[in-house]
Amino acid sequence: MSDPLIQLRGVTKRYGSGVAELMALKGIDLDIHAGEFVSIMGPSGSGKSTAMNILGCLDTPTAGQYLFKGTHVEALSHDQRARLRRRYLGFVFQGFNLLARTSAQENVELPLLYRGDSASVRRAAAAKALQAVGLGGWEHHTPAELSGGQQQRVAIARAIVTEPAVVLADEPTGNLDTQRSHEIMGLLMALNKDHGITVLMVTHEADMAAYARRMVHFIDGRIADDVANPHPTTAAPGVPLPAETR
Amino acid sequence: MLYSVFMLALRSIRRNLLRSFLTILGIVIGVSAVITMVTLGNGATQSIKTQISGLGTNLLMVRPGQRSGPGGSGGGGAGVPQFKEGDAEAIAAQIGGVAAVAPEGRASVTVVANGRNWSTSVIGSSNAWFDTGNWKLASGRIFEADEQRAGAAVCIIGETVRREIFDGTAGQTGLGEQLRVRKFSCTVIGILAAKGQSGMGDQDDTVVVPLRTLQRRVTGSLKVATLLVSMRDGSDSTRLKASLMQLLRERRNLAAGDDDDFNIFDTQQLAETLSSTTQVLTTLLGAVAAVSLLVGGIGIMNIMLVSVTERTREIGLRLAVGALEREVLLQFLIEAVVLSAMGGVVGIVIATAASWGLSSLMDVPYAFDPFINLLSLAFSAGIGVLFGYFPARRAARMDPIEALRHE
Repeated sequence: MSDPLIQLRGVTKRYGSGVAELMALKGIDLDIHAGEFVSIMGPSGSGKSTAMNILGCLDTPTAGQYLFKGTHVEALSHDQRARLRRRYLGFVFQGFNLLARTSAQENVELPLLYRGDSASVRRAAAAKALQAVGLGGWEHHTPAELSGGQQQRVAIARAIVTEPAVVLADEPTGNLDTQRSHEIMGLLMALNKDHGITVLMVTHEADMAAYARRMVHFIDGRIADDVANPHPTTAAPGVPLPAETR
Repeated sequence: MLYSVFMLALRSIRRNLLRSFLTILGIVIGVSAVITMVTLGNGATQSIKTQISGLGTNLLMVRPGQRSGPGGSGGGGAGVPQFKEGDAEAIAAQIGGVAAVAPEGRASVTVVANGRNWSTSVIGSSNAWFDTGNWKLASGRIFEADEQRAGAAVCIIGETVRREIFDGTAGQTGLGEQLRVRKFSCTVIGILAAKGQSGMGDQDDTVVVPLRTLQRRVTGSLKVATLLVSMRDGSDSTRLKASLMQLLRERRNLAAGDDDDFNIFDTQQLAETLSSTTQVLTTLLGAVAAVSLLVGGIGIMNIMLVSVTERTREIGLRLAVGALEREVLLQFLIEAVVLSAMGGVVGIVIATAASWGLSSLMDVPYAFDPFINLLSLAFSAGIGVLFGYFPARRAARMDPIEALRHE
């Protein structure tokens, strides 16, 4: 087997100090290979979101090593991590985090702006990404004019528009009803299966986690359980997958 | 990169129209208030200075009686001797640094001509009067020596009198016409060039005759109410006043212990007092305006700080998708600069229009002051940039996840 895409070695994360000190992660070792679909589960306060933020290079570990494609992320500067995110990572957040009063098109184009792509390249890539999440024709709607499920699709389009190696989704279905949740999961699964994008997803819902082929359980800042899911859910109950257009 | 970040900033301004508008409004109000107030204040100061210099610069007005304050009648009450024409001649002959001395007598009269009448004041004096008061003739001539000696029936009229009596007549000027002043008629030989309003009323509302004419035909006494003494440029007014006082005390036979029974009023002093008063007013207006600039600044600050939560999350998101710190900062800096500059320019335009309109309404000159324009622009732009940029800088230095979660 090739070298893992992501390697965590003895990663700890401490918040605060003195009596307010909180060890969110207490020494995590984790290998993730390219093309995996991993769900990270655990009760609140178990450190799963902290781990996700460190994996996404949005936050830095207090101690330990994080190798991404062999690069020591913990030694990178603010801007070097930004460049790494811009090149390899896409994010989907629980709260969507779309820019208000901004069209779907412009929201999706956002990561491309910072890569210096020209307007026509951006427009084409954004249209393609929106198409891929089943929102072709919704380019000019602002978040306020879209449902929660649609907003999350825009966010996914934004995550994949740079054709990243990894998509990190933090509770992507946390704000959605069951049917929308399954639609979103279907999308993530398709990204993983059809585009080979590595998907890391934090969730506390077992039936969402069941889409992943590997399930990592966090309890109290440690990995309690790391198992393969031999029978991942392949289709949302009663929900057809969006047409493949990419 | 600069171009795309610039476009990003413009798009962000357009996207948050209300916020941008309120920010600009704060700057506009601050800038335009300060500039308008100060410009008007400067205009008022200038106009007062012009009016006073119209009265005659370096002019001393000597009147009988104790001093009763600037602009007062000077008394001349019973028992206080009036001046005589000889006093004027003595001053001109004996005191150095004097440019001209004119004895002046005045009376209120109604003048009649051309079937109209008009209440005005008639002034009796010599040709030196035109020098002391900086008067020019619009047309005609001044008095001949023998006219003065003989007390001839000739007069020179002010612009207001000309307008009221002779407007609409054939020549319009009234030159050569007969003007009846109380019981006698005089021939109009000259028209004074208009001076306009002063702090002392309409200066053009006057009829000037030779002193002797006034004394003989109007007042019936040889007394002279006022001596007008104009100083040469650069002469020492303190010394000149002292020797003038000395001379008059001698001529009026005052003993060493007696109080002066006349007073000397200095227009230079009046000018200084008035212009320092208007300067105080300008400063006051400026201070009021500075408060509005400050309030405008606080408005800008408020808008910026209120939106900082939304902005912090936006910055978090931009960082998360790979923006570099300096790209985010540059965007916010450009945004702040563009908003401030727009507000400043609009503010200056409004201030220019307002102070131009108001100054013509208030009849004061429009006095453009580049310093105050620059200062108020720099101040509000500074506030705009400060409060637009620094919260953004704080956010851009956070870990993206911290910024994203900002409540």
